[in-house]
Amino acid sequence: MTANLNVLIGLAMGLNLLALGSSRLPSLIRTMSLQGVLLGVMPLLMEKIDWQIALIALATVAGKGLIIPGLLRRAMRAANIEREIDPFIGYVPSLLLGATATIGAVALAQALPLLPEHAGSLLVPGAMASVLTGFILLIGRAKAIAQVCGYLILENGIYLFGLLLIHSTPLLVEAGVLLDLTVGVFVIGIIVDRIQRAFDSLDTRKLTALRE
Amino acid sequence: MSTVIDIVFRLAWWLLLAPLLPGIINRIKAWVAGRRGPPVLQLYYDLARLWQKEVVLSTLASPGFVAGPAVGWISLTAAVLLIPLGPLGAGLSFRGDVVLMLYLLALARFCTTWAAMETGSAFEGMGSAREVSYAVLAEAAMIAAMLSLSVHTGSVSLTKMLEPTAGPGAVLLAAGLFTVLLAENCRVPFDDPNTHLELTMIHEAMVLDHSGPPLAVILHGASLKLLLFSVLLTEAVLPMGQLSPFAATGALLAGVLTVTIGVGLVESFLARFAFRRVPLLLTMAVLLCVFALLIAWKGGAA
Repeated sequence: MTANLNVLIGLAMGLNLLALGSSRLPSLIRTMSLQGVLLGVMPLLMEKIDWQIALIALATVAGKGLIIPGLLRRAMRAANIEREIDPFIGYVPSLLLGATATIGAVALAQALPLLPEHAGSLLVPGAMASVLTGFILLIGRAKAIAQVCGYLILENGIYLFGLLLIHSTPLLVEAGVLLDLTVGVFVIGIIVDRIQRAFDSLDTRKLTALRE
Repeated sequence: MSTVIDIVFRLAWWLLLAPLLPGIINRIKAWVAGRRGPPVLQLYYDLARLWQKEVVLSTLASPGFVAGPAVGWISLTAAVLLIPLGPLGAGLSFRGDVVLMLYLLALARFCTTWAAMETGSAFEGMGSAREVSYAVLAEAAMIAAMLSLSVHTGSVSLTKMLEPTAGPGAVLLAAGLFTVLLAENCRVPFDDPNTHLELTMIHEAMVLDHSGPPLAVILHGASLKLLLFSVLLTEAVLPMGQLSPFAATGALLAGVLTVTIGVGLVESFLARFAFRRVPLLLTMAVLLCVFALLIAWKGGAA
């Protein structure tokens, strides 16, 4: 069971790299949604499957894998922006940063006092790696939509942490977070539209200069 | 005596089957593009034709011009003998043979680039420079991949390392190794084997001045390398040791065929990357292999 879970978490860590290395918005969104789907499948591997878990998995896959990416794609089309992500931190440096962060996460997880049943699992390092990858995307990308993707990957990391507590809290917290996030993405979609109308570009660097 | 016969027999299989792979790749590409394409055995015909042609030697070239391809081919052949073939095991196997394999691959590359620079042509120097600079990252990825297999199995012998599946990191390792395969064999996102624009080619640029049997040897060596990498990739991912001999042989063949078809599809649907984007892809391959290593180290134990 842990082995299967580790395969998925390993895959999610690989997708983190892909997200850091992708230079086009659609591929970044695709990577993020694929990671969302992987994360949605994970509860099915951890618990005995009853209707509640199945529903949660379905909701996560739909939310992270379809709805949010769909909204982002729509925002991208509506705002009519270029697909090129121009990064503050170049692709290779951000890849290296991400790799360092992941190695650091694995090392740190080793030092944490975990429950014995979590010791062999990659949940904790995977969660921290995703959070840090999300941070790197948030700081390192100029386009608002790429930053949203970074934010969503960060949230994926939080979700992974939440899976540790799946025995005691039946993903209620996660459901709340996901709801917040959907609202957040809605709001960001509107903001993206506004920025586009006001500045003819989605480059957040232009927001630092004041204009009449 | 029986070991000698075994090795000869094994080698004959490797050498005979290798030129089939580029043929299959070309067939797939033709099929996707809706053309009829060259016959699957085209490379065999080419090799036979080249073997009969005479060699044109530059007055500048030292004997290294001919020795390079020969040594390269021999080292690739030796590397092939170290690769286990599922239930048959490897022709030669000892503790630490994985290191020898890596070095033999590096030696083969060195010999090709050495022979390329013998004629003093600017294009070949450029091709060699590109080949070697990509190799810096591709070899790092390869070493990381082998290291992760070795950590996962706790062994430094290829026969043992390739027996079980690569564990939780298998998918990452497969993605990394596939990218390395594409880079090492000069397939599409890195180099276009069909291009004859000197400014964009890598492998082709290095072999421009070779003709006749040396060129045949280089081409055959390249196909041998492709087969070696696809066998390695298949065996790293599939749990060879747990299958019955028949199933393992079938799985190996199916795996190699899948990898070949995958290469053909990648070539059909992807364009060659701009040079500045290649290091990014290769860095990603290195990191994928490093992550596989990390996972084998921390997550595979449980």
